[in-house]
Amino acid sequence: MELLSLSAVELGAAIREGKATAPEAMEAVLGRIEEREEALRCYITIDKEKALERAVEVQRRIEAGELTGPLAGVPMAVKDNLCTAGMRTTCASRMLGNFVPTYTAEALRNLERAGAVIIGKTNMDEFAMGSTTETSAYGATRNPRNTEHVPGGSSGGSAAAVAAGECFFALGSDTGGSIRQPASHCGVTGMKPTYGTVSRFGLVAYGSSLDQIGPLGRTVEDCAAALEILAGAGPRAGQGEAASRDMSGEGGGSPQGTLPGRKDSTYLYRKDTDFTSALKKDVAGMRIGIPRDYFGRGLAEEVRDSVRAAAELLGRKGALVEEFDLSLVEYAIPAYYTIAAAEASSNLERFDGIKYGYRADDAQELHRMYKETRSEGFGPEVKRRIMLGSFVLSSGYYDAYYLKALRVKAMIREAFARAFARYDCILGPVAPTTAPRLGESLSDPLKMYLGDIYTISVNLAGLPAISVPCGEDGNGLPIGLQLIGDCFQEKKILRAAYSYEQFRKDGRGEVPGDGG
Amino acid sequence: MANIISDETIEYVGILAKLSLSEEEREQAKKDMGRMLDYIDKLNELDTTGVEPMSHAFPVENVFREDEVTGGDGSEDMLRNAPARKGDMFAVPNAMSH
Repeated sequence: MELLSLSAVELGAAIREGKATAPEAMEAVLGRIEEREEALRCYITIDKEKALERAVEVQRRIEAGELTGPLAGVPMAVKDNLCTAGMRTTCASRMLGNFVPTYTAEALRNLERAGAVIIGKTNMDEFAMGSTTETSAYGATRNPRNTEHVPGGSSGGSAAAVAAGECFFALGSDTGGSIRQPASHCGVTGMKPTYGTVSRFGLVAYGSSLDQIGPLGRTVEDCAAALEILAGAGPRAGQGEAASRDMSGEGGGSPQGTLPGRKDSTYLYRKDTDFTSALKKDVAGMRIGIPRDYFGRGLAEEVRDSVRAAAELLGRKGALVEEFDLSLVEYAIPAYYTIAAAEASSNLERFDGIKYGYRADDAQELHRMYKETRSEGFGPEVKRRIMLGSFVLSSGYYDAYYLKALRVKAMIREAFARAFARYDCILGPVAPTTAPRLGESLSDPLKMYLGDIYTISVNLAGLPAISVPCGEDGNGLPIGLQLIGDCFQEKKILRAAYSYEQFRKDGRGEVPGDGG
Repeated sequence: MANIISDETIEYVGILAKLSLSEEEREQAKKDMGRMLDYIDKLNELDTTGVEPMSHAFPVENVFREDEVTGGDGSEDMLRNAPARKGDMFAVPNAMSH
């Protein structure tokens, strides 16, 4: 059996049925890594021996009947801003070059309990700040489709690893598009759930009100299956049923007393996380809105045409597709960069050279040690955002910049609320262009920020969204389709995305995910 | 409106951000921040009178738990990644200026 051609869910089924084993799957992936990693550099850290040991142990537990889930035995890659006990977690920064966490991120623990097996930690933009994976202190990752191009970012290593078959699925984090945009650029599927769906405990914080962990996979089904596990409240979830937030109301009732395993105060303990139940090939009657403002200046023609063609396909299959004016689109980027920089400057204060991470070794005085540690430990993009954030939060500018941005954020959320009164999903591009060439973006940060125009408002409003491959440009670089849902409506976008993926496959007689 | 970032401002931001910048970095930072603020000023086109600032997409409340003594000793884990330690303590350079 050609294991590497299987999706994560297909591989899980093959392992359960005894047609393959977890160590065989891991060997296959490690073999692919051996072939391609030197050219692509998807990973920062790989421990082959440990990965194989874990696969053997998981296989034993599968055979003993202890592990029965859909992803048991499936090798996965993990973005290097998720803490892994005993395995180096660098955030692609010199600052954390020697940091070995003593605990594992909650979301990842859920997957490990379900039998998924970690291969290693993937490359990213430093502290997830960037859109190309070029700000990594450990070198850029290359796009598997064309190694002259970036894989997107910040979860670029995860997206490239999925596209190259260097894992079966991967975890990323999405603060302003960092799962969806690299998924789009690498021709894979990536999903950002509703804010609060997945615990952020153990995710190194960038913009805490925006950060959310999510899956990247070859198929919509793989993403749904992974998210279902990621969103779980852990082994003691049953005890928390009575205390779960009520999702039918506006943001839910207040959590009563102590919730089991709660380590992230924004984690929502959703009960409606049976995401795979939404995978139906049927969009009849589904109301899909296309924001006219997403198709204006700056959108590459080939991207526009592919996304339009996807909308038409869904329309032919019975969805009610119409255009509308979302409004405020051009204000999302300035609001986002103000808020994200402010939160970053606050979150990254913890890197002081005392408790963990890098310390400048020659400083004789405490305050000088702080400054030198941070100046030597952080790269240029991180410093840029910390400085901007410090400025917009400083006395005298706080109201004019930070509070102003939070007000605009409220208006953007309102605009989406009006749209979702009429539509089940919003459909548009993920990014205005396909993957840029290496080196093209770093020289002009503002231009790089503009590439986030279609993804970042989703984070500001806390919405779920998914990126699915919908075509490629003349150079063979993938194009992604974005489907955005209202808060807690993951199932609607999963149904639309799954249907689109299947209809497209019917039309081409090929496997989804574009091979790679 | 073009934002000109003065030497004093960038000096102040450097203190807030606890970063020491080389002369070259300082000039670049002045340029980058000015350009970014020009762009952010676009938000002033919007009338936000009466709009409440929204920090989280959903209402977030403080979460309380009982303060129970568990007897766990995490000190070794806490210190494991310390760049410098002295016994069971984090070691730091002189906190007083000479």
